[in-house]
Amino acid sequence: MSELAKKSRPQFRNISITQLMNYRLPAAGLMSILHRISGAGMFLTLPFMIWIFDLSLTSELSYAQLMEVISSPLVKIILCGLSWAFLHHLLAGIRHLVSDLHIGLSKESTGRWGSGVMLSALALSVVAWLKIFGVF
Amino acid sequence: MSAQNNIGPKRVVVGAHYGLRDWLAQRVTAIVIALYASVLFVSAMLVSEPGYGGWAGLFAATWMKVFTLLALIAFVYHAWVGVRDIWMDYVKPVGVRLGLQILTILWLIGCGVWAIEILWRV
Repeated sequence: MSELAKKSRPQFRNISITQLMNYRLPAAGLMSILHRISGAGMFLTLPFMIWIFDLSLTSELSYAQLMEVISSPLVKIILCGLSWAFLHHLLAGIRHLVSDLHIGLSKESTGRWGSGVMLSALALSVVAWLKIFGVF
Repeated sequence: MSAQNNIGPKRVVVGAHYGLRDWLAQRVTAIVIALYASVLFVSAMLVSEPGYGGWAGLFAATWMKVFTLLALIAFVYHAWVGVRDIWMDYVKPVGVRLGLQILTILWLIGCGVWAIEILWRV
């Protein structure tokens, strides 16, 4: 450990917000920030989700009302976003548990895991989106 | 966290300094939520009666109510740890951070109570 610390390496301190666009984030980093963004998104839309939960359970009438609500394209798009957020957060979370077991920690494999998680979440989301838009 | 390190000049006065507890809590709550989501997904798939009847019937069962409640508590705690981490990372002025943390707690407890109230009406 002490040997590693002595080596002089380029340092990347906290970057300012204006530098964000020029900063090439590796796949694992992109997965990680999307994990945070998807979590924050679900936190902020919590009342929306509970409202849907309420409509779905309160009565036959509210259930019919919900069917009406989710026929709106705007609501469909929000649901598409939320389904991606959930799936990405779930898979990136599983990746965390895998990392805890010291699996896939080399430089090459973190990149592969990063892209793998992001692409799998997208692929599963596409299935959810097709369902939301009534394709099947 | 140990008693010897928390007195005199060695006292930890900055940071979250409950790292291990939160690390573990975040994983335990995540697993509860993931299990619940899987059970809900499979149960909803297996429901024979379409529409409101089948869906509401699912939540009428006591085991489902209890499981939903546990998942809800796990969700609120998980979201608290995660959102608090966001404030700690990006919001440096202590007063603003404290305000946001208080709002987060109120938001989560409010949503939690609302959801429980819906759940127990079924």
